[in-house]
Amino acid sequence: MKTIPILEINNLSKGFDELEVLKNVSLQLFNGENLVVLGKSGSGKSVLIKCIVGLLIPDGGTINVLGEDVGSLKSDALGELRKKIGFLFQSGALYDSMTVKQNLEFPLRRIKKNLTQKEIDKKIEEVLEHVGLSDVLNKIPSQLSGGMRKRISLARTIVVDPQIMLYDEPTTGLDPVTSDEISLLINNVQKKYKTSSLIITHDIECARATANRVIMLHDGGVYMEGNIEEFEKSTDVLIKSFFK
Amino acid sequence: MASVLICNQIFIMKRIIPDIKVIPIIRHVKRHTIELSEKTLEKTQGVKKFLAEVANFFLFISCTIKETFSRDFEFKEFLRQCFQIGYKSLPLISITGIIIGLVLTIQSRPALLSFGAVSMLPGMVAISLIREMGPVITALICAGKIGSGMGAELGSMKVTEQIDAMEVSSTNPVRFLIVTRVLAATLMIPILVLYADVLGIFGSWIGANIKGEVTFALFFSQAFGQVQYIDFLPAVVKTFFFGAVIGLVGCYKGYTAGRGTESVGVAANSAVVLASLLVIIIDLIAAQITDMI
Repeated sequence: MKTIPILEINNLSKGFDELEVLKNVSLQLFNGENLVVLGKSGSGKSVLIKCIVGLLIPDGGTINVLGEDVGSLKSDALGELRKKIGFLFQSGALYDSMTVKQNLEFPLRRIKKNLTQKEIDKKIEEVLEHVGLSDVLNKIPSQLSGGMRKRISLARTIVVDPQIMLYDEPTTGLDPVTSDEISLLINNVQKKYKTSSLIITHDIECARATANRVIMLHDGGVYMEGNIEEFEKSTDVLIKSFFK
Repeated sequence: MASVLICNQIFIMKRIIPDIKVIPIIRHVKRHTIELSEKTLEKTQGVKKFLAEVANFFLFISCTIKETFSRDFEFKEFLRQCFQIGYKSLPLISITGIIIGLVLTIQSRPALLSFGAVSMLPGMVAISLIREMGPVITALICAGKIGSGMGAELGSMKVTEQIDAMEVSSTNPVRFLIVTRVLAATLMIPILVLYADVLGIFGSWIGANIKGEVTFALFFSQAFGQVQYIDFLPAVVKTFFFGAVIGLVGCYKGYTAGRGTESVGVAANSAVVLASLLVIIIDLIAAQITDMI
């Protein structure tokens, strides 16, 4: 079934000054799956995800996304590749000076240049409905709650129909109820938009709700790989400390 | 180098006084050398940091220039920035312009009166406003208002990952955020300076009417009658440089801000300080060039 890797990382290394954050990390994301990357804070999860989209330049190793080697791409080609990747930031990263509508229009106008205003409005309405926030179109981000900001940020990411979704700590800072809602949304996005997702998290409930497969990062490397049941049953002290 | 010199001195001293105990001297030399090398290292690192900052700034300028002439110019954002920088600065520039003209007149009038040269007041005020006071004071105010605003806005965008989000959504942040702001500042600050000059002369007319009586038409015709082309042109040209420097420094400090919230304040503060300093330096260079012409 899911045998085509659309994202492949081989021996990825990244450090900052003396600190080596990632050491020879290798992983694959298959078409249509939700891969959860678990790990403690500071284990290099966010660094990994930022290397994938070229926000950070790795010290070693290769990253292959949709058949293209990210490290060898020039800025224009990287820009083209980024159009196929959706990135949900930990903080939401909504543009403060723009309304919700303008936030959603911003990537849409730049990535789908042929759309008319009517088509743009329809698309925005559709994604807002999908995240359950149709009535906040003219609000600015500071008027929204943390959960609403995350939802709008997710709407901004899926509005351009990405093939791969990268979630950086999607439930961090949210209450359990809102976290569950976001996890449900991640699953809905996977089903409705047929995306493949890499979910970076340390929230076990989010991992349980969304993961098809799990990878655990520890000390800059891959510590364990398997499905959620294998992790739940593991007798390893470190894994148990996560899943207790 | 220092240690070699000291060793030479020990060698000479040993020849002059054969019984001298060398070990304490060597210890002293070693300690002294270590202290010296640590200080030199600190200074070298400071110099390296400064040079790296200068190099980064020039790279930033070259990147901004390159993106200015690229396709897909963000015209809508440029107009928004023109509105933010130009229109929203009008109240502050209006009040400042009028007060500068007023104060200049009130303080100059007694001195001119003692020489019986009050009739030269409008011309003197106009020339000093157009050549120096208007451009420099307006630029310094803009460095404070616009430079700090850009530093803080871009700094907070960096901290909250908004710049990364822009980059990931296939938008060049330099083209969208930097080019538009730098061009808007370069274009708007000369206009604000001309506006401040006119209001300064108007303020001067008010000042002249506090103690004397002169019609508006007569005051303005006397003021502009004294102003020559050479007074006007260099002053206008330098304001474009003031605008560019305020925009570039504000954007550079914000764009290169650190990741913590503290860095937003640092970016805003250092943008004001550096932009103000560069405005004064450009003014000095412009004065020298004008003097040579």
